[in-house]
Amino acid sequence: MFGLDKKDTSLLIVVALLTLLAPFILNPFPSDSAMAQFNAGYPDLMQRFVIFGIFAVGFNILFGLTGYLSFGHAAFLGVGSYSAVWMFKLLSYNIIPAVVLAVIIAGLFSLLIGFISLRRSGIYFSILTLAFAQMSFALAYSVLSNPKFNLTNGETGLQVYADDPQWLHGANMPDVPHLFGLSMRSTYTLELGPWAFDFNTGYYICAIVMMVAFYLAIRIFRSPFGMMLRAVKSNQQRMNYTGLNTRPYTLAAFVISGMYAGLAGGLMAAMDPLAGAERMQWTASGEVVLMTILGGAGTLIGPVLGAGFIKYFENIFSKINDNVLHGWFAFLPDGLEDFVVTIIHPFVGKGWHLTLGLLFMMVVIFLPGGLVEGGQRLAAWVRSKRNKGQDDETTGKTEPAE
Amino acid sequence: MDAFLIQILNGLDKGSAYALIALGLTLIFGTLGVVNFAHGALFMVGAFCAVTLQRVLTLSFETVDETQKDFLGNPLKVKTPYVESWFGPEAGAWIIDWAVPLAVLIAIPIMLLVGYVMERGLIKHFYKRPHADQILVTFGLAIVIQEIVKYFFGANPIQTPPPDALNGVANLGAALGMEIVYPVWRIVYFCFSVLIIGGIFAFLQFTTFGMVVRAGMADRETVGLLGINIDRKFTIMFGIAAAVAGLAGVMYGPINPPNYHMGMDFLVLSFVVVVVGGMGSLPGAVLAGFLLGILESFASTTWATTTIPGINQIIIYLVAIIVLLTRPRGLMGRKGVMEE
Repeated sequence: MFGLDKKDTSLLIVVALLTLLAPFILNPFPSDSAMAQFNAGYPDLMQRFVIFGIFAVGFNILFGLTGYLSFGHAAFLGVGSYSAVWMFKLLSYNIIPAVVLAVIIAGLFSLLIGFISLRRSGIYFSILTLAFAQMSFALAYSVLSNPKFNLTNGETGLQVYADDPQWLHGANMPDVPHLFGLSMRSTYTLELGPWAFDFNTGYYICAIVMMVAFYLAIRIFRSPFGMMLRAVKSNQQRMNYTGLNTRPYTLAAFVISGMYAGLAGGLMAAMDPLAGAERMQWTASGEVVLMTILGGAGTLIGPVLGAGFIKYFENIFSKINDNVLHGWFAFLPDGLEDFVVTIIHPFVGKGWHLTLGLLFMMVVIFLPGGLVEGGQRLAAWVRSKRNKGQDDETTGKTEPAE
Repeated sequence: MDAFLIQILNGLDKGSAYALIALGLTLIFGTLGVVNFAHGALFMVGAFCAVTLQRVLTLSFETVDETQKDFLGNPLKVKTPYVESWFGPEAGAWIIDWAVPLAVLIAIPIMLLVGYVMERGLIKHFYKRPHADQILVTFGLAIVIQEIVKYFFGANPIQTPPPDALNGVANLGAALGMEIVYPVWRIVYFCFSVLIIGGIFAFLQFTTFGMVVRAGMADRETVGLLGINIDRKFTIMFGIAAAVAGLAGVMYGPINPPNYHMGMDFLVLSFVVVVVGGMGSLPGAVLAGFLLGILESFASTTWATTTIPGINQIIIYLVAIIVLLTRPRGLMGRKGVMEE
């Protein structure tokens, strides 16, 4: 289907089903039960899942295929957000021009940065992209927000004000981001007994965009171009010696991933028309690296999994406080209960980053292929257990992580 | 002229911090070939050594002083730090006053130990892995260290005042007939860092240990074949690099109150410094550190910021980009280091 082989088609269909049915899947607990805090099916979080999924899929095209570790991808996300909000300010709240401009501007910006950074490889490349991103952050945060030339609105963040021109603003259009009148914030809540499922327009638009982005990523992975990028990863020197200039390929990969980041930034602004400089900070770049590594760099589904995983646990862990912990461990004797809660306390709530850092280190140390490799190992283990009695020759032979 | 000198002085203290961190980064990179993203965290841990020592020294017990009354007429409770009761009030007060310089003494063994544990426990397993993995695991470690410090010390900056004797300002230009008034502690910091940098270079140049390390940096395999346990020496160098970063942090506390993310803030800039100086070149790291510090301070003058708004925020990155594009190996980079 769509020029994909059978395996990729089924992967695409699985992803499509998961995203389209997400409001059901992420809301397994009745809304009045104690487990309701583990529900993730509310619009804001679901939007973040898919938007960061797009971001990570794009980052993976650069890092997973070519092995160039960029530490400055958040800059493109930020640029995308800023350009989208400017479209809201100048034209109208319709998201189409905003997202399109976000992709174009982020693409141009990444062309410029990639052209310079890709002259160097390895650690130099990482540091150059980091320097560029920090510079963009400094520019957005203070330099470009002076009264004479206010492009970013500095610390406050860029937002739409009532006296903005909005030349194409229709009379009967809503005053929030919309798609031809369909507001991003409109949510239809389906109540089924104790369950409540939210169907949000913004989420579904992001989900459709993500499926298209994911489809394109599959095509890139399977194309000769993708093959060339993999060759750059495995041995760039040999490529150069065979008389092939690898720079256009890596630059193309860089620009594509920059455009994905811009798309994510544009969608982020479309969901909430506000763009702040902190989106460009290098911790934000680090986050997308974490997502990609955690899910499995170089695999198709890995980055999406990683993005979902991090955003879900960020949300859940931040909500757990001491009272919740005491509730869970109430069955233990009093002294032991307090002790267990004291042990766990630093890792939850505000300590989520500690857990994330530890988790990330564990993954890099023990599971370089991320969650996907973990899944494959688990599957191989289960298979070898099952086949033990049948004397099967193929056991233990696992697919290498791509 | 006065203003010119002041700007150079302003650049020197920040430049010292850059130079010290970059020196440690280069030592680690030159010996072990590892890119240490957790080096900023070591700088921060050093600063928090000073904070901890200060807290320990000011631990006190309460006594009821019958001669003094508070405003309600009850006997006043007086807090006396333990050190004052042990060493007498004057010596005790002096010790508390000099907490930051004294922290240097405890920071050296602590940081050596931290560096040793880090190398043996974690970094050792990453020599054969790609640079990307090294970056990622040390990045994760940096997050973990940062969050642990945040858990124990909170998110707000903690004041660590310098000793009273070094707290004022001094007129440096008096001998030259000029008016250059400058905080004493910053001058102390500069002298301290020059001392450490000189010490490291002397150590590498004039001791047998340093000679072996230099030989190992040039050709690790041959040194190993000559029957020298080079891994052990490199582990110790990692500890020393950690100690350098830690000391830079200890003494930086009075200039800028330590908070848990100060390491990350410095790390990015220190990497830029290393790259500008040339990967693997120790003199390059020091030179670039001071150079960029001074450039940054010149870019912060009102003249510069009114001509190009915000130039002080981006000057270092701009310089780094220009240097890398015109001299890809950095100012003093050697051929063959990180060229793949």
